Amino acid sequence: MGLILTEDQLILRDMAKSFFDEKSPVERMRALRDSRDAVGFSRDLWKEMGELGWIGILFPESVGGADMGYGELGVVLGECGRVLAPEPFMSTVLLGGNAILLGGNEPLQKELLPDVCSGNRILSLAFQERGRFAPYAIETKAKRDGDHYTITGRKSFVLDGHVADQIVVAARTAGSSGEREGLSLFVVEADAPGLTIHRDDLVDGRNGAHLVLENVAVDGARVLGTVDAGADVLDAVFNRATVGLCAEMVGSFEEAFERTLEYLKTREQFGVKIGTFQALRHRIANLFAEMEFTRSIVRDAQTAIDEGRNDIAEATSAAKARCSEVAPLIAGEAVQMHGGIGMTDEEEIGLFFKRLKAAELSLGDAIFHRNRFAHLRGY
Amino acid sequence: MSTANLEEFRQEIRTWIDENLPSELRVGTRKDLPKKLLSQWNKALISRGLVAPEWDTEYGGGGLDRKQAGVVKEELNAVRAPKLRTFGVAMLGPTLLEFGTEEQKREFLPQIARNEVTWCQGYSEPGAGSDLASLQTRAVREGDEYIVTGQKIWTTGADKADWIFCLVRTDPDAPKHEGISFLLFPMKQEGVKVSPLNLIDGSADFSQVFFDGARAKASHLVGPLNGGWTIAKRLLQHERTQDGGSEGGITGAMKDTIFDLVKREVGLDASGTLQDPTIRERLAQQELEQLGLRLTMRRAGEEMRASQTGRDIASLGKYRWANMVKDEQDIAMMAMGAQGLGWSGDGFGADQLERTRAWLTTRADSIWGGTNEVQLNVIAKRVLKIPE
Ligand SMILES: Cc1cc2nc3c(=O)[nH]c(=O)nc-3n(C[C@H](O)[C@H](O)[C@H](O)COP(=O)(O)OP(=O)(O)OC[C@H]3O[C@@H](n4cnc5c(N)ncnc54)[C@H](O)[C@@H]3O)c2cc1C
Ligand SMILES: Cc1cc2nc3c(=O)[nH]c(=O)nc-3n(C[C@H](O)[C@H](O)[C@H](O)COP(=O)(O)OP(=O)(O)OC[C@H]3O[C@@H](n4cnc5c(N)ncnc54)[C@H](O)[C@@H]3O)c2cc1C
Repeated sequence: MGLILTEDQLILRDMAKSFFDEKSPVERMRALRDSRDAVGFSRDLWKEMGELGWIGILFPESVGGADMGYGELGVVLGECGRVLAPEPFMSTVLLGGNAILLGGNEPLQKELLPDVCSGNRILSLAFQERGRFAPYAIETKAKRDGDHYTITGRKSFVLDGHVADQIVVAARTAGSSGEREGLSLFVVEADAPGLTIHRDDLVDGRNGAHLVLENVAVDGARVLGTVDAGADVLDAVFNRATVGLCAEMVGSFEEAFERTLEYLKTREQFGVKIGTFQALRHRIANLFAEMEFTRSIVRDAQTAIDEGRNDIAEATSAAKARCSEVAPLIAGEAVQMHGGIGMTDEEEIGLFFKRLKAAELSLGDAIFHRNRFAHLRGY
Repeated sequence: MSTANLEEFRQEIRTWIDENLPSELRVGTRKDLPKKLLSQWNKALISRGLVAPEWDTEYGGGGLDRKQAGVVKEELNAVRAPKLRTFGVAMLGPTLLEFGTEEQKREFLPQIARNEVTWCQGYSEPGAGSDLASLQTRAVREGDEYIVTGQKIWTTGADKADWIFCLVRTDPDAPKHEGISFLLFPMKQEGVKVSPLNLIDGSADFSQVFFDGARAKASHLVGPLNGGWTIAKRLLQHERTQDGGSEGGITGAMKDTIFDLVKREVGLDASGTLQDPTIRERLAQQELEQLGLRLTMRRAGEEMRASQTGRDIASLGKYRWANMVKDEQDIAMMAMGAQGLGWSGDGFGADQLERTRAWLTTRADSIWGGTNEVQLNVIAKRVLKIPE
């Protein structure tokens, strides 16, 4: 796979673009937010995406998937990003789905993934316990009790947790918070006794529940990966989810960029288009360079996964470090260059600004990933 | 060429490099390479036609197609082979191929490909830098010659050059872009005086050049009379692409990579992490910038080959490349601290002194070939199409 879209991917992009333009303009996301919709996204639209094969892009054909890669998924996620579609790719496919795919045994995959692919099952991953991303800072405990485990603890930022059917919970079976060893992953039913799920509204209009787990019993057969070595699965899931998130971010900041460029060509002050002012021209030209570089790096990370290269972790951190640096730059300049109107809720640029902040901080910000990249590169 | 054949060709080139490139030279395009080995290597490149791989063989080139030439470039880069990249090969050659007469191509291209003639670039004048089109050097027709009068400045390599490609005003009454011509003439003649300038890095690579009745053959005017501006701009694109496109920038020419240097100067802790977290982050940013540039240039190449709607990224590449190589030296200086402040003396390592000079030299990279500000103007106007 090269750095440009293949013929097939170009066709997919055009399809996705007209799909989202027609069915999911930015107003739809706003309406869901304003009505505080009980689900937070459209189940019908999600199922349509299932029928089109987009939810199942990553999954094998044996469970109803398309057995394609991040190059293809990235195309769809990029178009989601352009219109801020809140459908649950992150929670259900990239985090929860990937955890089952990479860590689940065959019976679990056969049980859960077909409904995921068709859009009839929502999943999520509960790992986060504090604000700043720190993948192994997990205190939630899972104790072995015969053939099952009981989990007790608290989780936050569980995306779409309030509508998930199953939640993959990362808990500690050994060691202490911050250690990579001693983590295990459990598939927990949303209606399991002892689990309470509290919906939280996020700044970008999406949902991130917090969970309280009190002696939640999980069958030992519903462990993903190996007990105590859950971080092996978790790391792989984070890499893939991060690369997916980057593709969405690229779509969002390209759209924010293009809208701002258009604004510079139309808004008049001092009797001329504001795009004639060099103070703005130079800044937007620089943003363009940032955007092009970042797009190349994200594409390379997708290729790293799809070709099974041995530098997936490095390529992932390169991509997210750049996305998380460039997203606030572009989004911030977009609001700034819109002037007063950019501050209004009515103007859509602010919605991009907020979504990009959420994405920037999710799964590690620029500082986190620059440091991880440096570590992987041996300095 | 099919993929299989291309792989075969790659093997062929690899073997050829193995046989011809001694290990002493596998350190990038450095100034202090062993002269004898370098001249042997350059001869080998010349006889294999690899100085200008894409030019036709009748013009002294390698006659390779774009994919093959790409393979050659990749393989040479992979072993950090020193490049024979001159004004002639990188800028004048491609420009003559596009705009020159058949006679001009036959006269000049083979000499360039054999590295027999050294060229310099006569664009800038004291009053015409970024605003290049306001240049004043005059050329007046006299029989089958032009007589050139005026002054150029910042002319790199003028003291050693055999020939100059020069922008001259041939119609002083026309609007400024429409009275310029592109003229070739020899430097070693009465009527041309060269006076070198010392730069902040201690070198004297460029000069003021004075023309007082210098002579050029009328047949050495490239393109139409008064139509030189288009040609001048195209040549600038070649100039901007060569470095934006070069992988790794100046790092490729240093004994130590910036990563080796920082590790050594700052030190690693027991876990193999740089002692200073701020420099570590700066270094990571630098590496990500190198990656972004390299991948974006490669992507642009792929777009061009697939003739997808590629964007003109010569200016973008030059602008970011310049910042990147400057930033690299800034990091080196930060890491070296007082050891980076040496000018001479054995209190400083040769590599440290080299870095300090590179820090000074690279300040020019955001100035020559169009300053950073000019590149941003070009991106805004031509790429983003924002009306002025
Ligand atoms: C929260 C808030 C409260 C406010 N309260 C008040 C109030 O109480 N009363 C009141 O009268 N106004 C108020 N304003 C309006 C405020 O003064 C204007 O928004 C501001 O002057 C910018 O004008 P604009 O929004 O029309 O943006 P524009 O002038 O259209 O600017 C758009 C972009 O172009 C840039 N730009 C414009 N001209 C140039 C130039 N010559 N060179 C370079 N760049 C340029 C701007 O910097 C900006 O980035 C408020 C605004 C906000 C956001
Ligand atoms: C190492 C080196 C080698 C060189 N080699 C050659 C050579 O071989 N041949 C040759 O012909 N020339 C050569 N040059 C000259 C180079 O092309 C010029 O220096 C360059 O074009 C800038 O012109 P100037 O120096 O007159 O600066 P000026 O044009 O006077 O610029 C001064 C400052 O004003 C800014 N500025 C100017 N116009 C604008 C604008 N419209 N908008 C915003 N900012 C602007 C510039 O960016 C710069 O920061 C070389 C220069 C260097 C440093």
